[in-house]
Amino acid sequence: MSNVIENVLETQNLGISFGGLKAAQDVNLKIKKNQIYGLIGPNGAGKTTIFNMLTGVYKPTTGKIFLDGEEITGLSQEKINHKGIARTFQNIRLFNNMSVVRNVMVGLHYRPEFKCSVWESMFRLPGHFKSEKAMRERAKELLRIFDLETERNSLACNLPYGKQRKLEIARALATNPKLLLLDEPAAGMNPHETEDLVNTIHYIRDNFDMTILLIEHDMKFVASLCDEVTVLNFGTVLVQGETRMALRDPEVVRAYIGG
Amino acid sequence: MELFLSVLINSLSLGGRYAMIALGYTMVYGIAKMLNFAHGDIIMVGAYAIYVFIAFTNPILAIILSVITCLLFGVVIERIAYRPLRGASPLAVLITAIGVSYLLQSIALIVFKSDSKMVDVFDFGVMKFLGVTVELHTIVTLVIAIVVMTALTLFVKTTRTGRAMIAVSEDRGAAQLMGINVNKIITITFAIGSSLAALASLSFLLSSNPVSPTLGAMPGIKAFTAAVIGGIGSIPGAMLGGLLLGFVECIATKITVIAPYTDAIEFAILIIILLVRPTGFLGKKRREKV
Amino acid sequence: MIKFYNKVKNYINYTVIGVFTLVFAIISLSGARIDSSSLYLFEKVSISIILAVSLSVVVGFLGELSLGHAGFMCVGAYFGGKFSVILEPVLGISVPNLLLSILVGGFVAAICGVIIGIPALRLRGDYLAIVTLAFGEIVRSIFVNTSPESFGGTLGLATPRFKKEYLFIFGFLMVLAALFVIQNFIRSKHGRAVTAIRDNEIAARATGINITKYKLLAFTISAFFAGVAGVLYSFSNTKVQGANFDYNYSIEILVMVVLGGMGNINGAIVSATLITFLNTKLPTILTGDFAVLQDLIYALILIVIVIYNNAPALKSFRARFNIGVLIRKIFRHKHNPANIRDDSANWDEIPTKIEMNEILSVDVKPQNLGSDKPSKGGKQ
Repeated sequence: MSNVIENVLETQNLGISFGGLKAAQDVNLKIKKNQIYGLIGPNGAGKTTIFNMLTGVYKPTTGKIFLDGEEITGLSQEKINHKGIARTFQNIRLFNNMSVVRNVMVGLHYRPEFKCSVWESMFRLPGHFKSEKAMRERAKELLRIFDLETERNSLACNLPYGKQRKLEIARALATNPKLLLLDEPAAGMNPHETEDLVNTIHYIRDNFDMTILLIEHDMKFVASLCDEVTVLNFGTVLVQGETRMALRDPEVVRAYIGG
Repeated sequence: MELFLSVLINSLSLGGRYAMIALGYTMVYGIAKMLNFAHGDIIMVGAYAIYVFIAFTNPILAIILSVITCLLFGVVIERIAYRPLRGASPLAVLITAIGVSYLLQSIALIVFKSDSKMVDVFDFGVMKFLGVTVELHTIVTLVIAIVVMTALTLFVKTTRTGRAMIAVSEDRGAAQLMGINVNKIITITFAIGSSLAALASLSFLLSSNPVSPTLGAMPGIKAFTAAVIGGIGSIPGAMLGGLLLGFVECIATKITVIAPYTDAIEFAILIIILLVRPTGFLGKKRREKV
Repeated sequence: MIKFYNKVKNYINYTVIGVFTLVFAIISLSGARIDSSSLYLFEKVSISIILAVSLSVVVGFLGELSLGHAGFMCVGAYFGGKFSVILEPVLGISVPNLLLSILVGGFVAAICGVIIGIPALRLRGDYLAIVTLAFGEIVRSIFVNTSPESFGGTLGLATPRFKKEYLFIFGFLMVLAALFVIQNFIRSKHGRAVTAIRDNEIAARATGINITKYKLLAFTISAFFAGVAGVLYSFSNTKVQGANFDYNYSIEILVMVVLGGMGNINGAIVSATLITFLNTKLPTILTGDFAVLQDLIYALILIVIVIYNNAPALKSFRARFNIGVLIRKIFRHKHNPANIRDDSANWDEIPTKIEMNEILSVDVKPQNLGSDKPSKGGKQ
């Protein structure tokens, strides 16, 4: 078991089938602490499906998932989040009709330091004011890191695209995860914004002591960020290993270019 | 035996009526992805239309005119109330549909007053069959239902428009990209559903139901139950659900102890089905994309 | 000035209702007679406000449609009314009797709220709406068919008559209590979780929000206060009759919420007052044929307001001509983000666009038309 503990995330023969279709099978991931790990592959390779299994949206048909050595297979989405996995979505999902700061405060909801019962809130007992104030301060701190503090009171849906992506990451971080899953964080960003994002992700890893698993199509982005990658094709693992090596693998090239 | 036979025939007829209404719900739900709350009230419109037209002309023509009236109502309602909300939140669409239902009822109340009206369309009389007295209108309703549903199934499966309907119900965006005029298909769906409501109203009149502004409200909700039981979006499902509901209602009204609770039982079945198998008997399970 | 306004804004409804109650309570208690029709109107207004505000928790903040609000009220009215009848020999028709009955009625209705909240965990949108409607009808039909000794059956349950001069005061005190609890709930981290579910359930789940807890909580709070309103109703009328709590009554409450602007509590208060006032006064003004116009007007209000507020085509029009913009034009001050407090970001709008595939729950999807074979093995 000792080798399990040092991996923040480990999956064993993870697989799922929809009807007869095997969307993913025999996926074995081992992600070490403070790693930035890439999950790449052509469209339809099953990358988001794996994210969905890791976060409890889908129940895997086979295999097991361990987070910090503790099995989390089959837990509900919110439980898995409480255990320490947070994610962003491919198509941004913010709470559009809430202000930016509130979006982050929703992320802070289950942190034990901001605990406050429904009764305390309903009858405005001191606990409510204390936790509300602390949450707001913490949310502002997080927004400052992502350069969103000045926009904190505008509606989330009114933010420009790049900032919406950042806000989604800030909200995920607010839940205090051990592992952060980013689903195509650079999609739709211009080169300048992408570069900015690379710095942000490094900053998160270093300052939040975070382990990051990300899906991305932009190979330059992956190469400049990820320590290791897993390349998927048709739901199965093609190559696993150190980024530069994996990307040069002839099988990977074939899967991407065809032939 | 006699009791069994009479229950069987009555429930088949009632089931056929529910099935016709349920078809309207199920088609609109499958294609426009909305619960057309006003569908039940279209039945009421149809019944009043027959009541009005029968004073001027012969019954057959009155029925045809009633079908046309309902069709126009359905299309106009869709155009004015529902189309502006395409792409808006489903909550908004649903509330508008409730508003339309309310509107139709209150217009009927203003025009025709609240007193119930009796309409004589045809009198088919009764027939002795295996020692059981059968009211012939039940048979007529059943026949209409079977003919309509066969025709509709053939229409959806064989014609160009029918296939376009399947395409729109599968994926509206993709259908649009394939050059299908989605608005036109939705209009046609409403037209068909509303015409079926007119035929259902005929079945009400044949069984000597008095016409009142709230004629369609309760049967409408029950028929929606039927559509859900069968699996919403499925034409055979609507038939199956209608027939099942017809049986339940007929049997429940025959047992004195539970007769007052008939409505409650039907609604309880609805809740249970939705909880246990929300896709109904013939429905298909689909995943939400994340 | 603006800072002051923002501070006061949150308490304005308490203040207005409190002052109103105080003034009329003093008038009433000082012995000056308020005519009984006005007293009855006050009672009805207080009941309507509680109903509208409690429904807006589910419709405006959770974003689910409940068509069975009158059903919760019905449960509260019957149980609260019955309890007060039982208490009468012990306590008489007194304030403790009233308060205990209100608690009992609200509590039983809250239990029903939990029961109805359970389907809400699996179903969304249209399906949930129809379940709540079915619930209301079931409740009504059960009470109508009870035996005369238990709940009065078709004849209705006779309830003790509380002293008219005082009842409306309690009504408005209950309004204040309901506002206090509901507004505090909404404006807290828990209310934020509820609105997060409304805005994006999938994201809320992924952010660790306990969907089960908050959906049930929203339904329970909503049902509790509907029950409280029901108990007040049973005191205000000499009889509780199941037939009065029909589907149309639920729709009337919904009209109040929609007219007030979904998710806008102050709006719901104003429109509940207005509609109840019109409901009581119109029949005396509009006699005979005009009486039926009332329903027509409600129906039109419902349709026009919803289309105006939600039609995608009118989006730019709305942005230019909404009340907020007009007020700012009148007072001629520029919109300055620095003036917005963290709390005043837009609570009141429900999302205008939800992707088609988000409408129904994970399990519920309309089937394709015409394919008659149930899919095999599609079950995961």
